[in-house]
Amino acid sequence: MAILVQPDTKVLIQGITGGFGAAHAQLSLEYGTQIVAGVTPGKGGQVFESKVPIFDTVDEAMKETGAKVSAIFVPPAFAGDAIMESVDAGMDLIVAITEGIPVADMMRVCSMMGDSRSRLIGPNCPGIVTPGNGPESSGGCRIGIAPGYIHKKGSVGVVSRSGTLTYEAVWQTTLLGLGQSTCVGIGGDPINGTSHLDILKLFNEDPETESIIMIGEIGGSAEEEAAAWAKENCDKPIAAFIAGATAPPGRRMGHAGAIISGGKGTASAKKEALREAGIAVSETPSEMGSTLANIL
Amino acid sequence: MNIHEYQAKELFDQFSVPSPKGRVAETAEQAQQIAEELSGQVVIKAQIHAGGRGKGNFKNGFKGGVHLSESAEEIGVIAQQMIGEVLVTHQTGESGKVVNKVMVAQAVDISKEYYLAIVMDRESRSPVIVASTEGGVNIEEVAEKTPEKIIRETIHPLAGLQPYEIRKISSNLGFIGDTAKQFGRLLKALYKLFISCDCSLVEINPLVTTPDGQVLALDAKFGFDDNALYRQPEIEALRDPSEEDPREVAASEFGLNYIGLDGNIACLVNGAGLAMATMDIIKHFGGEPANFLDVGGGATEEQVTNAFKIILGDSNVKGILVNIFGGIMDCDVIANGIVGACKQVDLNIPLVVRLEGNNVEAGKQTLTSSGVNLIAADDLSDAAEKAVQSINV
Repeated sequence: MAILVQPDTKVLIQGITGGFGAAHAQLSLEYGTQIVAGVTPGKGGQVFESKVPIFDTVDEAMKETGAKVSAIFVPPAFAGDAIMESVDAGMDLIVAITEGIPVADMMRVCSMMGDSRSRLIGPNCPGIVTPGNGPESSGGCRIGIAPGYIHKKGSVGVVSRSGTLTYEAVWQTTLLGLGQSTCVGIGGDPINGTSHLDILKLFNEDPETESIIMIGEIGGSAEEEAAAWAKENCDKPIAAFIAGATAPPGRRMGHAGAIISGGKGTASAKKEALREAGIAVSETPSEMGSTLANIL
Repeated sequence: MNIHEYQAKELFDQFSVPSPKGRVAETAEQAQQIAEELSGQVVIKAQIHAGGRGKGNFKNGFKGGVHLSESAEEIGVIAQQMIGEVLVTHQTGESGKVVNKVMVAQAVDISKEYYLAIVMDRESRSPVIVASTEGGVNIEEVAEKTPEKIIRETIHPLAGLQPYEIRKISSNLGFIGDTAKQFGRLLKALYKLFISCDCSLVEINPLVTTPDGQVLALDAKFGFDDNALYRQPEIEALRDPSEEDPREVAASEFGLNYIGLDGNIACLVNGAGLAMATMDIIKHFGGEPANFLDVGGGATEEQVTNAFKIILGDSNVKGILVNIFGGIMDCDVIANGIVGACKQVDLNIPLVVRLEGNNVEAGKQTLTSSGVNLIAADDLSDAAEKAVQSINV
């Protein structure tokens, strides 16, 4: 089953005509993702790569194509509005790839979403991949910017705040022959739509996911909350890695959310909380796959 | 991004957050003139970003970056000994910071000190007002030892600060009558400033009441959301590059994310998480990372070359570890960047390269055929081990 997205999930891309959005829309099409529509205000009526119709509004695109999931490739200044447009249209899932959205905008977006039917992944994230059965895992659903070919259809659920660290974990589990059920990048911003915990709950209920790799980093307390829940409720083996053990306090380490402030959110405290919850903590980023394999 | 105390004061003035009267001076004459205008006891403060100014010492022998005086003339003399001189505090390091400006402000009598801050809180995804009757001290200690003395009020992001919330906080701080009214106006103005300027933090410590019944912000600390600076040109203009690490300033010009550290193994990585993890694994194998450097997901040859130049500008660096997981990014582009950089900068320290991902074979081929003296690594562990070994030979 995998989680969140399946090979037949119909996907819409907001910002499909921008350079970045177009490049990744093309790669997703090649991967086999059902990209059914694009949205760029003012460019309705055009067609992307002679197969994907472009609409002016998400509402119209949804009604015409039945898209259920939207990927946001809109520049930061307009991304908050683009997410709200998708919420208003009633998308099941919104995956915000955009990096650099003002925190105040995300705060308003999350508040506006309230108990709407939509789930937001990201922003500032690599997206979601549910690998397929084809060569180099093609035939699956790739939303975002992750390289498709490093995946392999399998049993490990991967959840992470970081893009390239996700690729490390994916590649390691591919080389070990385990493969992945679904890989979710939840993003490196301090305010994001979906937490580690939300994804753990989905993995726990997904029959295809047999084990989990959770990748976190310094800052906040999302990893600790996920661990506390997992200790009581998750019966699948979990391996984890926390990046930022050597990060100096008070400095923003690339990701806006990766900052140790007031002595909170340190890597050592997070690792301790994970171990306490019975999660196997990988000491280095090159042992995420093997740490998981050891407890299977 | 940090701002100077006088800039914080100017923001307060702009948004009508009451604070002691005063201005910034760039010369001793200006300082003396401001002191004359203010009359009575005034305080003069050296303007650098680092804390510990009061106990700091100037390299010219003058003691202390903060002074009180009732004589405008004396303020002028003190300013003379501060402006253009280097102040060393426990936060500046031995090299200290040049004081280009001083702030001259009215010294106020204090009845009681309070703490007041607004933060963008990630857990509640809302602005949170934090206040305490225990001001002027380390608030984290107060929170730990006497958590009941910390007032927290979560503000609805869409509704904004409501009058009842102001009354609640004011009452909890024990303000009554005119003081409560003044505090209410201050908090309302402060919230407006916080939202209007895309702040991540505004902290007033201490907020004070005076014997003549005023409520004033005595010292402030600001944090701003870097992501929002594009729509805050006035805030962006407050940046003082002379207060920042010159390597970080150079890196940001090339769209690179660099943070200097104390170690001797430099790293160049794509992606913030992987960059942090690369620092960690260097440490794991007994080395010390010299920096955090994320070249981003779409690095160009030019960016890689500039990244090398910045890394090598750090004289502590004894070896370099390049760790690239080229997802979409073509490994061959990175390889060409490395080769180009090595030729331009005349590399004479060990270079360990780990390439993985898109078009990796072509990238490896480019590196081997270039004649550049480098150590190839198979995976991240191998790379970190080799980097640590290479500088210990």
